[in-house]
Amino acid sequence: MSENKSRLQTLFEQGEFVVTGEIGPPKGATGSGIREHAKHLKNCVDATNLTDNQTAIVRLSSIAAGLHVIQAGVEPIVQMTCRDRNRIAIQSDLLGAYSLGIKNLLCLSGDHQSFGNHPTAANVFDVDSIQLIRIVKRMKDEKVFACGEEIKSDEPRFFIGAVANPFADPFEVRVYRMEKKINAGAQFFQTQIIFDLERFDRWMELVRERGLHERAYIMAGVMPVKSAKVAAYMQKSVSGMIVPDEMVDRLKKAEDQKAEAVEICVEQIKQIMKIKGVKGVHIMAVGWEEIVPSIVEKVGLLPRPQIPGAALAAV
Amino acid sequence: MIVAEQKSFDEISKMVESFDKVLILGCNECVTVCLAGGEKEVGVLATSLRLLRKQGDRPITTLEETVTRQCEWEYLDQIEKLAEEADCIISMACGVGVQYVAERFPDKWVIPALDTKCAGGSVKHGQWEERCGMCGECILHKTGGICPVARCSKRILNGPCGGSQNGKCEVKDVDCIWDQIYKRMMALGRMDQLLEIEPEKNWSKARDGGPRKLVREDVMIG
Repeated sequence: MSENKSRLQTLFEQGEFVVTGEIGPPKGATGSGIREHAKHLKNCVDATNLTDNQTAIVRLSSIAAGLHVIQAGVEPIVQMTCRDRNRIAIQSDLLGAYSLGIKNLLCLSGDHQSFGNHPTAANVFDVDSIQLIRIVKRMKDEKVFACGEEIKSDEPRFFIGAVANPFADPFEVRVYRMEKKINAGAQFFQTQIIFDLERFDRWMELVRERGLHERAYIMAGVMPVKSAKVAAYMQKSVSGMIVPDEMVDRLKKAEDQKAEAVEICVEQIKQIMKIKGVKGVHIMAVGWEEIVPSIVEKVGLLPRPQIPGAALAAV
Repeated sequence: MIVAEQKSFDEISKMVESFDKVLILGCNECVTVCLAGGEKEVGVLATSLRLLRKQGDRPITTLEETVTRQCEWEYLDQIEKLAEEADCIISMACGVGVQYVAERFPDKWVIPALDTKCAGGSVKHGQWEERCGMCGECILHKTGGICPVARCSKRILNGPCGGSQNGKCEVKDVDCIWDQIYKRMMALGRMDQLLEIEPEKNWSKARDGGPRKLVREDVMIG
């Protein structure tokens, strides 16, 4: 049933080095900004993530955003967290998302609500990210809902993604947890943003030792950091991330910090491409989407491969 | 034990401003141990209320008593006469005690003086922490005797999530409990057990299934 496969999955299976982007939906009821971002990413990424109320701030839903990017001609990877929905709402949304032509799903725990704009909200966490992955896989392979009841027809058949953070602790446990996610059903991974390449390299070594790079497609997360100020902020305030001092210094010394940011990002991607087992790069430009085409071009990954006959699902 | 913390004096005094004779009722169990609602705290609250009301033009009479346990009617029977004398009862017990008092004395207005926090214990002098999430189905044999339901900010059963760094949770001032679970399981040579996927939990045994009730016919009388 190859015609049902997403463009993302097809490219991985063809052995292409895959490029994905990321769009954060707006804090308002409009898709125009999303479609604008999608236009920047079209033809330079193979698919784009739509974040799910990231950092627990209310935003337009990731599924609705996924539909906007489809309409703009880009394939979506819809993010789904466990923070805001129980297993009933999650499965209902999965049916809805798949019915709209969304084929890639990224399963995450979700940032704690204390970070966001509704810190007094209740959280859900009925299931965790690994259980979510398992639910999505069982819907596809066993044609059952989480409760075991049969899905009589039109089961959602998502290409299942997960996240891995090589920079969180305990270090060794990260690889075990990744393996657990693969056992649960994860088919591809996007990592946390990588600035500390040495640590990422060590982590990939552990990944290869356990043969995980052969059981799932691993994409390395990168981010062009606009300025020294932003880098310093991330170093201090963003959880689960390691920002080396050298990078902050390099941006500080640069005459044109934006040009330097692109340069750093391009260098990082080139180095990442040399690491055995890495099958793609996930560029999180966070509001600086218009820079993505020039980064992908400078790395030498343009033009993106076309899949004959693979038009996006008409809605 | 149940861990509780006294509400601010300001809040308590506002709740009693329309009453002139109050019974301040302490509890000799958990809340005495966690220094929130025992005999000593009853005395301090009574004195503070009297002083405050003396400064205004509406003095208050306080009756003070501390019972063995407020969560058992047998012990509340002993204070029936005191309760009759008072306009209202300030319960310095956990939420269970407050409700037992309200149920035992249906014509009395009852005021809670504490905020009930959690099922936990003291980890050092002056510090109490949550230990049990009261989920109704214990899994401590799977996690090295450390509870992720109560102690992980996201109650993750296959942790740790990506927010764990240097043994700390992404949520401020919280230890990453999955960091501790892994370290303990590693030390006990039981890492393999953690590689098994813990399936979706049956939350119907927790509060999600509605208020819980335990019936044991074998110990019922009559």
